[in-house]
Amino acid sequence: MLRSLHRWPGLIAALLLVVLALSGAALSVFPAIESVRTPAQAEEGLSVATLAARIRTVYPGVEQIRRAPSGAITAYWFESGTPGAAVIDTTTGAGVSGADASVVERWLKNLHRSLFLDDTGRFVTAAGAGAMLLLSFSGMVLVARRTGGWRRVLARLKGPLPGRLHVQIARISVAGLLLSSLTALWMTASTFGFVPEGAGPPPMPAVSGQTGVPLSDMPALRDTPVSALRDLTFPTPDDPTDAYTLKTAAGEGYLDQGTGQLVAWNDTGGWEKVNETIYMLHTGRGASVLGLILGLMALGVPVMAGTGVWMWLAGRRGRPRLRGNVAAGQADTILLVGSESGSTGGFAATLQAALTAAGQRVHVAPMQAFAPARYGRAKRIVVLAATYGDGAPPASARGFLDRLAAGSHDRIPLVVLGFGDRSFRAFCAYAHDVVTAATASGWPLLLPLDTVDRQSPQDFARWGREFGAVVGVPLELNHQPAMPASVALTLISRRDYGAEVQAPTAILRFALPRRPLWRHLTGRGLAGFAAGDLLGVLPEGSPIPRFYSLASARRDGFAEICVSRYPGGLCSGQLLDLTPGDAVRAFIRRNADFRPKRGRAPVILIGAGTGIGPLAGFARANAAHRPMHLWFGARHADSDLLYGDELAAWQTDGRLASVSTAFSRTAKRAYVQDALRLDSARIAQLIADGAQVLVCGGRDMAAGVADALTDILAPQGLTPAMLKARGRYGEDVY
Amino acid sequence: MKTLLAALALSTALVMPELALARPVTLTTTMNAYGGNPAYLALYVTDAQGAYLGSLWMAGGRSQYYQHLSDWYQATGGNPSEINGITGASVGSGRSLTVTLDLADALFDAGYVLHIDAASEEMRNSPNEIAVPLTTAGAGQATPGRRYIAAFAYAM
Repeated sequence: MLRSLHRWPGLIAALLLVVLALSGAALSVFPAIESVRTPAQAEEGLSVATLAARIRTVYPGVEQIRRAPSGAITAYWFESGTPGAAVIDTTTGAGVSGADASVVERWLKNLHRSLFLDDTGRFVTAAGAGAMLLLSFSGMVLVARRTGGWRRVLARLKGPLPGRLHVQIARISVAGLLLSSLTALWMTASTFGFVPEGAGPPPMPAVSGQTGVPLSDMPALRDTPVSALRDLTFPTPDDPTDAYTLKTAAGEGYLDQGTGQLVAWNDTGGWEKVNETIYMLHTGRGASVLGLILGLMALGVPVMAGTGVWMWLAGRRGRPRLRGNVAAGQADTILLVGSESGSTGGFAATLQAALTAAGQRVHVAPMQAFAPARYGRAKRIVVLAATYGDGAPPASARGFLDRLAAGSHDRIPLVVLGFGDRSFRAFCAYAHDVVTAATASGWPLLLPLDTVDRQSPQDFARWGREFGAVVGVPLELNHQPAMPASVALTLISRRDYGAEVQAPTAILRFALPRRPLWRHLTGRGLAGFAAGDLLGVLPEGSPIPRFYSLASARRDGFAEICVSRYPGGLCSGQLLDLTPGDAVRAFIRRNADFRPKRGRAPVILIGAGTGIGPLAGFARANAAHRPMHLWFGARHADSDLLYGDELAAWQTDGRLASVSTAFSRTAKRAYVQDALRLDSARIAQLIADGAQVLVCGGRDMAAGVADALTDILAPQGLTPAMLKARGRYGEDVY
Repeated sequence: MKTLLAALALSTALVMPELALARPVTLTTTMNAYGGNPAYLALYVTDAQGAYLGSLWMAGGRSQYYQHLSDWYQATGGNPSEINGITGASVGSGRSLTVTLDLADALFDAGYVLHIDAASEEMRNSPNEIAVPLTTAGAGQATPGRRYIAAFAYAM
């Protein structure tokens, strides 16, 4: 519901809002230019009488003097049949520059407020401001949900770049956009007369009929400082019934041209002051710095529109296409999908197709449509549940837990599969909630809770085999979430290790295909990458890619990965059989969370086996000699110390501050976590100095490292989880 | 071309039996290329001494801007009933405004003066931009304005 309130107004109004934001940002510059150009008023307490007299000396035919909120004084006169106008130097009363507003500014202003369509356009732009307001409010709630609550609303962002950009810019600019859209709506209401106006000038009173009093003899002009002036209009020449019209910050009225006395006056009303303040806040006239800030914030709108549309399109592409969905009452398998952005639905579609092909009758529905009373023939219910942000239920699962607990119908066996991202604190938290609630209210579980990390096709395929075994049908799930186009990479060299310790491992180096500019611009060909990003390799005979951490950056001119042979591993086998000149198909997947953060803080690199790959890449790229300390575990120093020569060289030239190794097939039988414990004092000091920890390797090693660090950090009152929450503990685990 | 019975608007100011006799008069106001947003114009009649009699036409629909038509506003206090039914759109730079009204014969050759006040957003107020005596002989003669109006003429 909330998401729709954000998505549809955003998509519908995107173009309009981009036009309004860009024109508004451009307009915000003019008040700043004006206030820079306006000469500072040198004389303290200069009176309107003195200023007007100076101007009249230079321009005897002066008719009107205006003061802009920027402080610029403009005089209008009429002499020998021609009108004239100029911005005035207050010390001399003479004109210094032309008075007419720039054509560009006027064009922009008419575009901004009415799209050159007069009143129709004003309604359209007001609708745009209303949409902006709605988007700001719904967006704030969505950001709070995404980051896990209002208190964490400024937390570090995770996920794909467009989404992060969208939220980051929103967090910076939402205050300005709220102010601009609210004041815009007020100004439109004021233009159409829905807001009370001030009293305006008082009625013209009878005057003395005499003329010729000097300006210096008019008390109201003598007592009004120029800083309070808005407008002074001189009486029509030779018309004794006319009077001086004075408008100041306090009000407006008439001055007799014979006696010099104030003959009528209206104070500025409360509504008028409100209107003036709102005008100032919206236009920046009289508050040019605020105007510039609002203008800068408005520049975020085009980026948010672009990323917003991108996210919507990406979500649509990922939307499943279901064929042959069976009615709820006829199905033997009920497939419930709890998805926030729609990506989990793609997995559901794959599962539905595979089950249907295996002869099952499947009904697919969102989790919020859960209605167990209708599932008359169901033998099992499969719940595919994503988790939103830090543990919130996804959009299409509203009310599911309540309905799970309610009712007296038969408890059909459940299978729960959680979808999530391990880099979030609450990985698959909602799926856990579902399992807990189901167990509590007596639903039998066919399988224990399983999870799919970051849309991993491998995780899903593995779960599919287990599920198929329970159901009694062979189930080969091949789901590929929006696979990027792959390119052929040719092997240029390989270095082999580990044969002696029965762990054949190789560092494989591939040439980069040339990427012409047009391919850059169209986003095709092999994307740019840095060490720590992933190379997705498509093995022969399987459409499912395997991911390897890159040990080089595009800058290095090659793509390097470390591969060890898994028993029966399809992809690792093919890779290790490559000889220079052979090619594989591959693509890049960003892994932006796993790399040294910017800055000079120390970096602790911990890895074992092929996990050395990205860590070696970080060291290779460390030309700035930032303190990087490596702890590395291998089997034997003589056999599988990957990058052994480079490690020594990098230590000599300062790319690595220290290298500590642990070997498991020697007399000491040490693992990398043992090496950490030996160095616990040094590590504790590095962490105290703000070090970032990057761990790469197998799951068991990562768990051992986390245990060791938990002990090492305990005296400081820190845990790996706390470092993770601060973005100081990155893991690349396989 | 707009045809209106403005005689009624004037009748409150000019209580004369001759008002029954009226003729269509076409008022043509041609604007300069003054290069601003469309201008507001107030067309109104005073007697020879400058006392306000009534309004003929108001070009511009938003009452909050009428105070910039300073002379007209001073004379009427911005009273909307003065221009009820005789209000049209503001007139763009370089454009012209043509209004045809049934004007009382008694207005001509009797010392009455037709005035136009003009103003445009963020530009000067130009009260009394035009002041032409209403005479039968003066019909068809163009009068230049001061800032906004290139020429004004009335034709019978």
